[in-house]
Amino acid sequence: MSQPTWKNPIVAWIDYRLPVFTFAHHELVDYPTPRNLNYWWNFGSLAGVMLVILIVTGVFLAMHYTPHTDYAFASVERIMRDVNYGWLIRYLHMNGGSIFFLVVYIHLFRGLYYGSYKAPREVLWIIGVVIIFCMMATAFMGYVLPWGQMSFWAATVITNLFSAVPLFGEEIVNWLWGGFSVANPTLNRFYALHFLLPFVIFALVFVHLWALHVHKSNNPLGVEMTGDSDSIPFHPYYTIKDAFGLGVLFLVYFAFTFFAPNFFLEPDNYIEANPLVTPTHILPEWYLMPFYAILRAITFDIWFISAKLIGVIAMFASIAVLFLLPWLDTSPVRSATFRPVFKQFFWILVIDCVVLGYVGANPPEGWFIPLGQIATAYYFIHFLVLIPLIGFLERPRAVPDSIASAITAGTNPGVEQS
Amino acid sequence: MVGRILAATVAAVITVAAANAAEAPRPPGQKWSFGEIFGTYDRNALRRGLTVYTSVCGACHSLDLVAYRHLGGVDYTEDQIKAIAAEFEVEDGPDEDGEMFTRTALPADTFAAPFPNVQAARAANGGTYPPDLSLITKARKRGADYLYALLTEYRDEAPEGFELLDGMYYNEYFPGHQIAMPTPLFEGSVEYTDGTEATVAQMAWDVTTFLAWAAEPEMEERKRLGIKVLIFVLVLTAMLYALKRQIWSRLH
Ligand code: HEC
Ligand code: HEM
Repeated sequence: MSQPTWKNPIVAWIDYRLPVFTFAHHELVDYPTPRNLNYWWNFGSLAGVMLVILIVTGVFLAMHYTPHTDYAFASVERIMRDVNYGWLIRYLHMNGGSIFFLVVYIHLFRGLYYGSYKAPREVLWIIGVVIIFCMMATAFMGYVLPWGQMSFWAATVITNLFSAVPLFGEEIVNWLWGGFSVANPTLNRFYALHFLLPFVIFALVFVHLWALHVHKSNNPLGVEMTGDSDSIPFHPYYTIKDAFGLGVLFLVYFAFTFFAPNFFLEPDNYIEANPLVTPTHILPEWYLMPFYAILRAITFDIWFISAKLIGVIAMFASIAVLFLLPWLDTSPVRSATFRPVFKQFFWILVIDCVVLGYVGANPPEGWFIPLGQIATAYYFIHFLVLIPLIGFLERPRAVPDSIASAITAGTNPGVEQS
Repeated sequence: MVGRILAATVAAVITVAAANAAEAPRPPGQKWSFGEIFGTYDRNALRRGLTVYTSVCGACHSLDLVAYRHLGGVDYTEDQIKAIAAEFEVEDGPDEDGEMFTRTALPADTFAAPFPNVQAARAANGGTYPPDLSLITKARKRGADYLYALLTEYRDEAPEGFELLDGMYYNEYFPGHQIAMPTPLFEGSVEYTDGTEATVAQMAWDVTTFLAWAAEPEMEERKRLGIKVLIFVLVLTAMLYALKRQIWSRLH
């Protein structure tokens, strides 16, 4: 890789002392990227853009928002009605949250399909799981800020979960609330954390990219790059491809923002919080529904452990199990392209998650209860039983020696046809 | 006092329990002027709807988030707004002597509320609070259709076997069917200055248009800007795609 020479004297002066320009050149321009990435590889950069949009719109919202139970609801409506383009900022932020999760979920399932979590990318994967965890906490606390009925009751239900902790449950919940119910101190701390966590996420994304750039991107074939013939420079090939992908995402994002801005929101959140009136159904936002379903799937005590506590543990475990995935997967082959059995089960898992989301969106009554239990059980069976077993039992198809050889042989199913 | 709070609580519990017990039917879909992608608020309906709100609903329901000046967004002139505001009195103060006083409303004031506080509103309505209507079409599923159905589908008598509580009214579309709001609209409840006949359906239609505007005053601007943004992004994306193909063709 060539060392760039900087013609501009100021750039050269700075670069000699702090090589930011050389760094950027290596990591964003020359950076060798597999030549065969398909469009599923766009979603990482899309997530980065969404994070920046959320931070920018969030900061502007924060300039007008009042974190007090008496004023929060009205201050959000003031943003909608009286702040110049306040409605735009808020709707971009609100829908931005949903689009961010959509993009990150696709990004995550991309990793599951192509085995991107396997050696030597385990740390990269683990940081990703930490990011998703922080995103959920951020989004949950953001949902509370407008102080509508769903805000208040979601906060009440979720914080109450910690009362399931043995011995100290009640103390923990009171400590979280800053009092004896969800009230002004709760709103205040949620606001402080909702402001802080996105910057933590930003830092995590930086480390995520650092880890990525050590071993570079995986690719649809799941074989490592071996030489120059396997790679192309990030710029201009992937800068333009990412830019095009961003245009497509913006079409979707703006279609919602301008024409169906409340599509993802429960109407109840336009009713100001009222601790005396419980809504008929208390629902989180769509992207947390699968976890909500897992939480409520456990309806029975096991030995001396209460159903509630097991539900909470199951909910956290459903994310934590992803940390173990690099070691649970026993197959030496990365990409599902060459794993006929795993590929089937991947799609079953996708369906299972959709079912969980559907169950989470419905009241825990009738056949939703067994359905949620089956789907929850299957989720854990997939990771803890099927993934290790399939790795042993499956006979993978022949894996090509290199990306370039697959392309010349014309057998690269993931290759870009441009 | 304690008795009244108790009564209100009981009423609230009953309403919530009733809402749980029976889901209301889905309101029929209507063709609203503001419903379509490029739709705007029908100005004539909106103006008539303001009349319905101020002379009927405004007797019980507040509109706290809407100021008279906001009417400028739907083509009311400054003089018209002043004149509308001037029909109302609001409390202000304290003055130099520390006294609260009432004065004529100004365009910057929010719509004058019928009751000074929630307790007063409850007391005047048999223990049930008539909710603020500023966001009503956003705060219900299929808000506009629901509101129209709610206002037009009152029944004089509950169906056979339905136990209607004292002081409650039967409404087909209210969850649980027991509503504390008495039938609000009757043939000729208001007199329209534009000669439109004030049927119940007409008034319900007009006030729904007005309240849909009150809930989403930014809608017209939002859609107008949205079209421009989407066309811009579409053209940009098409160009990026062409560029992408061109750049990638170097590889072959
Ligand atoms: C006599 C007082 C009164 C008048 C006049 C009145 N309402 Fe109501 N309204 C109430 C009360 C009381 C409730 C609460 C009903 C309940 O929760 O059972 C209510 C509830 C409502 C609701 C909420 C229903 C729901 O889904 O929770 C809407 C919408 C509504 N009114 C609209 C109107 C409109 C529009 C008008 C004018 C055409 C109007 N009201 C006139 C007293 C009134
Ligand atoms: C990881 C990125 C972020 C996510 C996923 C996120 C998510 C959310 C969500 C779901 C809401 C509720 C929206 C609603 O119902 O109205 C919200 C509200 C809010 N957010 Fe964020 N947010 C992020 C970043 C930020 C940042 C960086 C700030 C400020 C620095 C911020 C400030 C606010 C404010 C003030 C509100 C309340 C106003 C409102 O409800 O519209 N957010 N956020």
